[in-house]
Amino acid sequence: MLPIKAAIESWRGMWVIRGELSRRAYWLLALVGLLLPIAAWWWLSGSGLMDKVFMPSPLDVLMRALTWFKDDDLMHDVGISTYRVFAGFVLSAVLAIPLGVLIGTYQPMKAMFEPLTDFIRYMPAVAFIPLVMLWVGIDEGSKIAIIFIGTFFQMVLMIAEDIRRVPINQIEAAHTMGANRGEIVSLVIIPSAKPALLDTLRITMGWAWTYLVVAELVAANSGLGYSILRAQRFMQTDKIFAGIILIGLIGLAIDQLFRWLHRKSFPWLHA
Amino acid sequence: MNTKINILSANKTFGKGDGGEVALLNINLDIENNEFVTFVGASGCGKSTLLRCIGGLESLSSGSINLDGAPINKPGANRAMVFQHYSLYPWLTVINNIKFSRLLRAGREDLTSSDVEAASGRADALLALMGLTQVRNSYPNQLSGGMQQRVAIARALMPRPQILLMDEPFGALNAQTREVMHDLILHVSKLEKTTIVFVTHDVEEAIYLGQRVVVMAPRPGRIDSIYQVDLPAKRDQDMKLSPRFLQHKKEILTRIRETAGMHTDYELLERMTRQAEVG
Repeated sequence: MLPIKAAIESWRGMWVIRGELSRRAYWLLALVGLLLPIAAWWWLSGSGLMDKVFMPSPLDVLMRALTWFKDDDLMHDVGISTYRVFAGFVLSAVLAIPLGVLIGTYQPMKAMFEPLTDFIRYMPAVAFIPLVMLWVGIDEGSKIAIIFIGTFFQMVLMIAEDIRRVPINQIEAAHTMGANRGEIVSLVIIPSAKPALLDTLRITMGWAWTYLVVAELVAANSGLGYSILRAQRFMQTDKIFAGIILIGLIGLAIDQLFRWLHRKSFPWLHA
Repeated sequence: MNTKINILSANKTFGKGDGGEVALLNINLDIENNEFVTFVGASGCGKSTLLRCIGGLESLSSGSINLDGAPINKPGANRAMVFQHYSLYPWLTVINNIKFSRLLRAGREDLTSSDVEAASGRADALLALMGLTQVRNSYPNQLSGGMQQRVAIARALMPRPQILLMDEPFGALNAQTREVMHDLILHVSKLEKTTIVFVTHDVEEAIYLGQRVVVMAPRPGRIDSIYQVDLPAKRDQDMKLSPRFLQHKKEILTRIRETAGMHTDYELLERMTRQAEVG
């Protein structure tokens, strides 16, 4: 067969509904997906269609990130932002997991807390900033509180849903083996829901990062979100780009870490 | 009196008032010690509901189910249940699934090492009985459907239940695997001296396994008729072709068809076909 004909054949083979894709083709396409926007960006910044002040080139952004790292203590900004996100996230996880388990297990808990949580989660976290500043003050606590408000209510509902998805037959089988309520929760429901819970944590961790900039609106003087906001005041678009991309990269790394943890913790799912 | 389970004018209604559905209407039945009783019937006849009531997973609206004279009102380790699917614990290996009931007890009381050893002996015996020795340390999702049901049965037998309740346990298996499982479960019932109450929609399965076949009818769910299976106690697959077997099958299928209230209107079907051809 002619090489072109073979290429067309294999290209067609990729577009079968829910079809298969070789590992090599997968990574090749993933790379194209990543490089294409960068190439477009590079072209746009060099084309003169947009003012350099508004559209810095990828190289400018990289250089800015390097000077930020050398002269402006980038690692401190990364560190403090990561701390705020983690503190807000851990606080909300510590409270949301037990509450979500109870809501997903017991109807009275569901009746009491689910409509309430559903109601609060529609309130914009940003709108709580004035209240948080009045109640918590303007130090670290307030930034953590904003991230907490942004993630907690969603997290509770998602965890409750994960718990409800535990197959009823797993629970009833335990009943018929003589398990009591506490044993069913601790030996069946929680172990059964664990993989879904870890996925929920992974997803809500992403949301926690999206609240970072909002949180650092509150009287901050360091952090990635704060640096992005300040760069806007000084028209440093390259620094805005660098900050946003950095948050994206950190998020990607954490996401991969969660996925790795998932594979390590639940070998039975990946066996 | 050696009657194990006494079901006395058992009634079960889902919902309330006129919209309520009568799932079980005045059920009376005695099940003997070490008996193998199968329940068949059209869907909605309440056979699964009755099984769940014996298991204590559902409560009756009125009447009672007694076990050796004591009323059943909640699940207990003396009545193990095997479901059609999704009841194994996918995070535990085969052997730990089987030992689950032991794990429960170990959490409550301080077991001596000899207790644990005895339990391991029992688990290993069940593993061998069910032909699972090779997959001892595998996870359930690595096994075929038939192997998974073997694990579920072994796990149910682990605490030596007096009664094994089976809710269409082989419904999702292919015909060949099902035949193997039939002979296995008959062997188990003889070896373990367990009373087995078995719900199925497959009449052949009901006759092959049961000493008695209880035919239930829907709307309202009730017992229609009971057949004493007239076959040698030691069953083998060839019996399925014997005249007696076929006679039972014919009678029971007829009863189910008559009580199901469902029939195909061939006349209408033919008329529609003719119309379609003309059009």
